[in-house]
Amino acid sequence: MTSPAEGTETSLADGAWHRLHPATPLFRGGIFMVAVLGFILANLRERLVDFFFRVPSYGDDPIDEIFRRGAVGWALLAIAVVLIVILVVFYLSWRMHTFRVDEESVEVRSGVVLRSNRRARLDRIQGVNISRPLVPRLFGAAKVEVSVAGQDATVQLAYLGSSVADGLRRDILRLASGARQAAAPAVGGPSAPGVPAASAVPTDAAHATGETAPPFGATPAPGVVSRGFEEASRFAAARVQEFLAPELDPDQAPPESVVRIPPLRLAGSIALSTSTLVLVALAVVMGVSAGTGNPDWLFGAIVPVLGGLGYTFSRFTKSLRYSIAGTPDGVRVGYGLLSTSNETLPPGRIHAIHVFQPLLWRPFGWWQVRINKAERSTNRGAAGQASTTTLPVGTLADVRKVLGLIVPGYDGDRAHALVTHGLLGTGRAADGFTNAPSRAAWRRPFSWRRTGFAVDDGVVLFRRGVITRDLMLVPLARLQSVGISQGPLQRMQRLASAKLHTVAGPVTASLPVMAQSQALRLFQTLAAGAVASAEADTSHRWGSRTAAAAVAHAAGDAAADGDAAGRDAAGRDAAGGDAASRDAAGGDPVDGDAAGRDAPVPETAAAVVAPGADGARS
Amino acid sequence: MSEPHIVVGDGPAEARPAHEPVVDGAFTEVDAVAEAPRLELPGVGEWKRVSPKYVVVEVVSTLLFGLVACGLAVFLWLVADAQWAIYPGGAVALVVIVLVILEPRRVRSIGYQLRDDDLLFRRGIMFQRFVAVPYGRMQLVDITRGPVARWLGLADLKFVTAAAATGVAIPGLPVEDADLLRDRLVELAESRRAGL
Repeated sequence: MTSPAEGTETSLADGAWHRLHPATPLFRGGIFMVAVLGFILANLRERLVDFFFRVPSYGDDPIDEIFRRGAVGWALLAIAVVLIVILVVFYLSWRMHTFRVDEESVEVRSGVVLRSNRRARLDRIQGVNISRPLVPRLFGAAKVEVSVAGQDATVQLAYLGSSVADGLRRDILRLASGARQAAAPAVGGPSAPGVPAASAVPTDAAHATGETAPPFGATPAPGVVSRGFEEASRFAAARVQEFLAPELDPDQAPPESVVRIPPLRLAGSIALSTSTLVLVALAVVMGVSAGTGNPDWLFGAIVPVLGGLGYTFSRFTKSLRYSIAGTPDGVRVGYGLLSTSNETLPPGRIHAIHVFQPLLWRPFGWWQVRINKAERSTNRGAAGQASTTTLPVGTLADVRKVLGLIVPGYDGDRAHALVTHGLLGTGRAADGFTNAPSRAAWRRPFSWRRTGFAVDDGVVLFRRGVITRDLMLVPLARLQSVGISQGPLQRMQRLASAKLHTVAGPVTASLPVMAQSQALRLFQTLAAGAVASAEADTSHRWGSRTAAAAVAHAAGDAAADGDAAGRDAAGRDAAGGDAASRDAAGGDPVDGDAAGRDAPVPETAAAVVAPGADGARS
Repeated sequence: MSEPHIVVGDGPAEARPAHEPVVDGAFTEVDAVAEAPRLELPGVGEWKRVSPKYVVVEVVSTLLFGLVACGLAVFLWLVADAQWAIYPGGAVALVVIVLVILEPRRVRSIGYQLRDDDLLFRRGIMFQRFVAVPYGRMQLVDITRGPVARWLGLADLKFVTAAAATGVAIPGLPVEDADLLRDRLVELAESRRAGL
């Protein structure tokens, strides 16, 4: 990095060490500290002075006292020393906090006394989240979180310039996808207003060392006064423009793939949720107790009611401006009115999907979609919303669109029909689902007819529930293991239950009752299908799958013929890059095309570099 | 089960009905009467069982629990003069005796198989459970040994995936079998590595 000022967007992912936005310490709690200090000084200064200096008596103001004693110089010196110490600490912590992105990994070093170093492999990336809490957002800064599988396993880059953050995410995802350098995304984008001002930032020290570039947008520069004003007004204009810009940049995703939530529907869905009903009940209790002159209940209920109101309000504002869209790098889920957050999930990072409809939503035909991800962040992003709720509320059409986005390639006519039957079907007519036999009726008196499963195109669907309608989808390529079980009562009736084991999350894919023979069939189908789909899966390097997809398609055709010879040809002992073809041909009992499922759009990439394919057995 | 007999796959191809294609998942309803009397995977090979000595481990731990609980009840009855303590104490003793009697059957029900591409696991008689885990899903293999198991030369092996619910734990393997099985599983997982 010899010329940091000309840092284009791609320069951050060049393998060199970079620093964060210089105002980072302020954003990360510094503002809070300054506020607290101000509060203490304003309210407690007499007591503090009394405490520290044991001044027996002074006038009504310590400053007067300082004047009277002629200690002005000392006082100013003390203040200056404190300020300098704070500045030095901030500066050091900023200076020691560096990150780099190269072909293999993202790495962050931080800490002055206690050094820490965190590194995430790019092919393990589960998602990249960009959040903009209100205050940093006002100053044009954003936080980038690169998450890998595991509890709180994120690499945080807080904070970066807003536009720089977007560019960095694009680069990280491009590198992670395994696509070659050639296909640099044409999304130069509306080059964000902050960038040109980068040369004006007050980081002379960083420039002097010449080893790092200041990777941030404009900051209020305490430069030359005449230029300073101009800079400041430009900065303010840029901030306002950015603040008013739509949450989802229209260039990023084709509009037909975008799902949004009208505010009215959002309000309705919140009004008809269980938490709201509880809130209303509590309010009624309060009203009654106030009316009957028995205030005991009033005080008991007032705290939960206030808390509930706050929760409901924040839930509303945070889900406003919600959007989910398909971008070239994966599914982008964004939301938030004041503090915004948007996460990009590369393909194949979603382990289980749950579409459900509470009873109260049924008249309106609304559904919610939740997912299981391998990455579990306790930090819930700027919006505080569980990041596992992919679609807070949507119509059937929205659900279809979202499913098409989060299960790539699963949006054919048959898939649509299955999903529709899975959501709305009563199970009385044949609709592709295998339902519980009538002898199981007493176990599920209302829902036994539609308690069933279907396996199609590499996806398992479990349908159940009639009061709250549920549909679980699990891509076979993500299935960790499958289990069936049978208790003594079930044995008497030749029934069994099945469970799909996926990574932990809000979705538990289980089917409580099915015929014993069908459970066995399902078990065998899934056991074989999971192996085949997993080995054909290349989504950890999703950009480099053209070759694999081609091979898999060919093999899929062979399998579709049901031709045993075709299976042998692609045989057990296939070597090298042929592994993918073997799997597609040999194993997948569900649909010969499952191997190609993950590669709906052949992309222009070079060779197969997927470990899944090169891990050939010898 | 004394010989460390760890072979992948279960022989001839017809023993692998799991790989037969099922057309678009259209499962047909089978009459309840025609079904087997219990959950039993058809056409799989022979299950490998855990060491019969493992019964001792289970019996010892059950008896220890029973002794402590009954001892407490007796203490309450004789020393603290609490007449009612006889009943829970007696109930615990009864349950412990039934468990000890059933223990050999329960241990016999634990079985596993290394198929070509996945590990098959079963356990339970009253509450049966079958699990299939593709080798590529392995995150790690755990081997633990308790005091009694160590005395008997046994070890417990746990196959851990990214899903906590998988719960494949093969207890009571002879130590050298457990080590061999672990190495074999790691090797298989390496050759079939899959993403998450």
